[in-house]
Amino acid sequence: MAIAATESEAAATARSFGPAAALSCRECGERYDLGPRFACEFCFGPLEIAYDFGAVTRASIERGPKNIWRYAGLLPVPANVASLPNMNPGLTPLVRADRLAAELGLESLHVKDDSANPTHSFKDRVVAMAVEAARAFGFHTLSCSSTGNLAGAVGAAAARAGFSSCVFIPAGLEEGKVVMAAVYGGKVVAIDGNYDDVNRFCSELIGDAAGEDWGFVNVNLRPYYAEGSKTLAYEIAEQLGWRLPEQIVIPIASGSQLTKIDKGFRELIALGLVEDRPYKVFGAQATGCSPVAQAWEQGHDVIQPVKPDTIAKSLAIGNPADGPYVLDICKRTGGAVVHVSDAEVVDSIKLLARTEGIFAETAGGVTTGVLRKLVAEGVLDPGAETVVLNTGDGLKTLNAVDSGVTATIKPSLDAFKDAGLL
Amino acid sequence: MSVSVRVPTILRTYTKDAAQVTAEGATLSDVLADLEANYPGIKARILDDSGKIRRFVNVYVGDEDVRFADGLATATANGVQISIIPAVAGGC
Repeated sequence: MAIAATESEAAATARSFGPAAALSCRECGERYDLGPRFACEFCFGPLEIAYDFGAVTRASIERGPKNIWRYAGLLPVPANVASLPNMNPGLTPLVRADRLAAELGLESLHVKDDSANPTHSFKDRVVAMAVEAARAFGFHTLSCSSTGNLAGAVGAAAARAGFSSCVFIPAGLEEGKVVMAAVYGGKVVAIDGNYDDVNRFCSELIGDAAGEDWGFVNVNLRPYYAEGSKTLAYEIAEQLGWRLPEQIVIPIASGSQLTKIDKGFRELIALGLVEDRPYKVFGAQATGCSPVAQAWEQGHDVIQPVKPDTIAKSLAIGNPADGPYVLDICKRTGGAVVHVSDAEVVDSIKLLARTEGIFAETAGGVTTGVLRKLVAEGVLDPGAETVVLNTGDGLKTLNAVDSGVTATIKPSLDAFKDAGLL
Repeated sequence: MSVSVRVPTILRTYTKDAAQVTAEGATLSDVLADLEANYPGIKARILDDSGKIRRFVNVYVGDEDVRFADGLATATANGVQISIIPAVAGGC
């Protein structure tokens, strides 16, 4: 049953969440008042933000700050959000990737490079939203289950906004990600298990009195948090000159990001901010954790969970909550869900670095690898405007690549010449 | 077989706010039937109209997601912990 807020609570909520009007179950349509809830009480389906958008124009957006808050009128945040302590991520480069395009045989390719965010991954976008929701609901501790990037983003955002933080990660994560989570002074707890075990633990903790006043960004704040991924769609469209790309390749972990980019594109069309033209969405997974790609290949609409085994740890979610919706979107738009091996991931990290000077983390190797595979198999239209996402920085996953010095020589010209390096 | 069942917040309206309840049964199916006998209406929240576990519900027997085991036929040993968890949490 939806819980009705009192009049004063409703007024405060309206101020805190801008154009957000309610929570709506994506599965059965049941509506709820805005609050720290994430699953439908009737069918357990995911709750999403329903909006009552005011006037939003290209000009009003372009006048806004040079970060995600330029889109505040399309997000569940207060009108004064830009003045509140937050990491202010976004407006990351959309890199025109002519050399990579030439190598792959594409006419028009851009890389949306989210390694440029404050903690070097796209997670800063979603955490920025969760911080505002946590503030509105009066939480004092920020928490999450994380494959690494999110833990760093939560630690940093909590430090800046004045929250305590306690993040949960699977034991054995890349050292760089652990350091980047721990340096901000919050608690970092490694769970003996994989990401799905961590996620389960967090879901149980939130149902316990011990965790009831914690804001878990990707559990009880998930409807607000997930909306942050829409800003990728808004930025890509704006950076292309208020135009949707014809093809886009997006990584899949839980699948939430892909569904929200699609939602962002559809909102832009509905608001008249871009021309309504077809776009194809392609989902990318690593073979060692490819439950959505496997379902796609087999024509299933149900995802069979898997035990992850891949170097692309930031995508290693064996039981992806939004998987069924990813299948729907890729089917609806004429896209596909494709997977690549770990060897292809490493090779693709090097390809992107060699052609465009972008050092991607493993998830970027997955999307670049899938892009290459889609072109090779004739699935992508080589003449259509294409965007590929890089969601994180290669410095976080150094162990994935074996790049090193070309040669070690004495400090002399003769040694240099003798080494055959000219 | 007596088992312990961890109930998510969403379903506690059926268990009078209890976060953990006891149930009987040799399989998950039996346990759910026993829960239904004691907390009428709870089973329909966990299973869909065709009797399958709902798409957005994860059920664990011990540390094992029953989708990796025998689903509703998964054996429930005496004293085991069963957890019912919304599946929409986590990830991005």
